[in-house]
Amino acid sequence: MTAPSSLVIEKELPHAPEKIWRALTQGALLKEWLLDNDFQPIVGHKFHFRSPAMPKWDGLIDSEVLVVEPTTQLSYSWSALGLESVVVWTLVATSSGTLLRMEHSGFRPDQDAAYNGANYGWQKFIGALERVVAGLA
Amino acid sequence: MRAAPHQVVFKSLADPTRRALFERLSRDGEQTVRMLTDTSGVSQPAVSKHLGVLKHAGLVRSRHRGRETHYTARPRGLAPLVDWMSDYSRFWQDRFDRLEDLLKRMDP
Repeated sequence: MTAPSSLVIEKELPHAPEKIWRALTQGALLKEWLLDNDFQPIVGHKFHFRSPAMPKWDGLIDSEVLVVEPTTQLSYSWSALGLESVVVWTLVATSSGTLLRMEHSGFRPDQDAAYNGANYGWQKFIGALERVVAGLA
Repeated sequence: MRAAPHQVVFKSLADPTRRALFERLSRDGEQTVRMLTDTSGVSQPAVSKHLGVLKHAGLVRSRHRGRETHYTARPRGLAPLVDWMSDYSRFWQDRFDRLEDLLKRMDP
């Protein structure tokens, strides 16, 4: 069984951060590899990703831009079928290109903020979840 | 639309108090409502209500013994969440491949 932490994908790519940033933030390029969209790299911009419609689902993913730090970090919410999640992209320049990291979390970080700081944050919970899931097999 | 199982599980765990309760039951084994209340920092009715939500989501089960209700974590209740995660994992792996293809075709 796949552990929940598999939602972090990290890959070193032989391309400059500026180039990867374009692929992540220009709507036409984004459409080529991710999904059709009306994305704009402006914090607070509300937009949709459009995936093929399915029975009982129009295929629309409601999103809002949360963080835009050119060439280093990009984040947007990702709401589908009534479930709100958040996607965070981080780019770190390396000697041969860029370390690109994507994290897709099941909860918005601000849902954790109200309770004892980070005591029961998502990261800690995921750790606990992995132990529980490991015990399922 | 009827909520999909993963939505019910995510929503029940989106609340930090419920997440803490579930984590505690997973870690420490069976607990009574009173034991959970003593360390949770919220009132007993609130704890009972949170446990009800977790139970509805299939994340805990309860049994009555004497005048007390005992709760146990039900790890299998996490399965819809794990499935959701693994679906998205496949989705993003595929999209990373497509992103790499696109980057090869783009100007520097």
